[in-house]
Amino acid sequence: MLIYASKRLGVAILVALFVSAVAFVALRMTGDPAIAIAGEGARAADIEMVRKTYGLDRPLFVQYFDWLRTVIGGDFGQSLYFKTGVAGLIGDKLPTTFIVGGLSIIFALALSVPLGVLAAVYQGSLIDRLALAIAVAGQALPNFFFALVLMMIFSIQLRWLPVSGSDTWAHFVMPVIALGYYVTPPLMRLVRAGMIEVLGADYIRTARAKGLSPASVVFKHGLRNALVPVVALAAVQLGLLLGGSIVIETIFALDGLGYLAYQSITHKDFPVTQAVLLLLSLIYVLLTLLSDLLNAFLDPRMRVA
Amino acid sequence: MTALAPATPSVEPLATAPSLPRRMLGNASLMIGLTLISIVVVMALAAPWLSPHDPYAQDLGHRMVPPLWHAKGTWAHPLGTDNLGRDYLSRVIYGARISLLIGVSVMLISGLIGTTLGLVAGYFGGRVDMAVNFIITARLAMPVVLVALAVVAMTGGSLMVVILTLGLLKWDRFAVVMRSATQQVRSLDYVIAAEAAGASRWRVLMGEILPNVLPHLIVVATVEAGSAILLEAALSFLGLGVQPPLPSWGLMISEAKQFMFFSFWLIAIPGSALALLVLGINMAGDGLRDVLAPEGRA
Repeated sequence: MLIYASKRLGVAILVALFVSAVAFVALRMTGDPAIAIAGEGARAADIEMVRKTYGLDRPLFVQYFDWLRTVIGGDFGQSLYFKTGVAGLIGDKLPTTFIVGGLSIIFALALSVPLGVLAAVYQGSLIDRLALAIAVAGQALPNFFFALVLMMIFSIQLRWLPVSGSDTWAHFVMPVIALGYYVTPPLMRLVRAGMIEVLGADYIRTARAKGLSPASVVFKHGLRNALVPVVALAAVQLGLLLGGSIVIETIFALDGLGYLAYQSITHKDFPVTQAVLLLLSLIYVLLTLLSDLLNAFLDPRMRVA
Repeated sequence: MTALAPATPSVEPLATAPSLPRRMLGNASLMIGLTLISIVVVMALAAPWLSPHDPYAQDLGHRMVPPLWHAKGTWAHPLGTDNLGRDYLSRVIYGARISLLIGVSVMLISGLIGTTLGLVAGYFGGRVDMAVNFIITARLAMPVVLVALAVVAMTGGSLMVVILTLGLLKWDRFAVVMRSATQQVRSLDYVIAAEAAGASRWRVLMGEILPNVLPHLIVVATVEAGSAILLEAALSFLGLGVQPPLPSWGLMISEAKQFMFFSFWLIAIPGSALALLVLGINMAGDGLRDVLAPEGRA
């Protein structure tokens, strides 16, 4: 386990470094920082001086490690549009995105686990087909369109929820449904497939033969084993969801990381874009690392890979 | 009790299994999916003959005409007109071209990259596999929507940029599936036999392995085409995809968003078109998986 964990950690660190290098090079491609620092209309000699004083004339990989040191120290530079430190800006928005992401995953699990279990237990029944229909429809519905439909129903027709903003809990209801619904189908399919496999296993037959109640068989012996890969997938989906929250946050003007990323992109505020990109990638790397370690911890067969 | 039971029963279902075309016809999901796709393909190919008006022609005297099912609807504009008086039905019909073009081109580009990586990694294994696996992991770590938005913002949106960006970003699932499918086939007898017979690596990959992982490839390709169409719509919706006045369904929703409280059909029509096309593609993919690889359902 320890060998697997250290190997897996090594890969995660390498991936994180690689992604940070991509983010660094991408920012450099957006424009010469020396010209940006010297200001518009600066003379060539001034730009050259700036380049020397800021060390921008050194080889790119030396600059990269220099930049990496400051980033690890928590300094992401200055925002060109918001005119404040990027780190503080992101720190302000992060909680909103984490709350939406976390609640969305909980919403998706609350929907997919019961549906998946029912579909597996009553395989081929009406419930199974209904669950499949929900999954297929969920994957086909564009999430921004679904969000607008929700807005139309709950804000305009029923007037139950506010259209946009992020001040009260009511502002979070629609974004959570719109985001959570989007990750429900893969989770539900996995719960269903896992339950079908587990319910056919020998120990379930034994449990039934012992005379345990059907509920005890399904939940205590079945679900507990079928949930292992689901938890791992949920962690990965959470990472994807944080990356995908940019569309939903923008629609509902929810003041989180995704909306910040959208604003930074439309205002060509590349230091902010780069920092958000880096942060979301790191969160994803961390979540997949946790999910792999969890899988390996619970199922020794996974440690070979 | 006999220890060696004859193994004949396991051969029987193979012999009586219906032929591929018959299995395809008998699969409801596949048939519904193909029907939906065909409708959109016909719309795209026959757009000039099907659409009653020029999709770009503005008629400011007839703005926001409601569709037929409203009391004020007219046959001149069956699906109404938008805020610039452009015929909505014509725009929806021409929009099918953009969605299909995106779906097919992105699928081809990303499919080529992903399949190559997956085949090579699965066949050669060892260090090659490790390297490819690393590239896949690194690619997955970068959020697609964010990267695509940033690239389009930097380069200026056009249909070409969107296709290239998505094509270069979305190969990950091809690579993952092709890699594991190749690993399963790689040490089977016919591959060993071809190698023993002195076939070149290229020949083994193209002649022996690729045909046998093709069912998996087809299923991934359909799912990825659908997801590319949704992504283009999302990018265009955010204003960083296909640019006006092109009638992209995502862009139509974006342009109509400010009027949706009073004229909901302006977003409901392109939204439904998008959902139905992707639903068709996904159902066809589900059906193909059952028909082509009944044993390998994931």
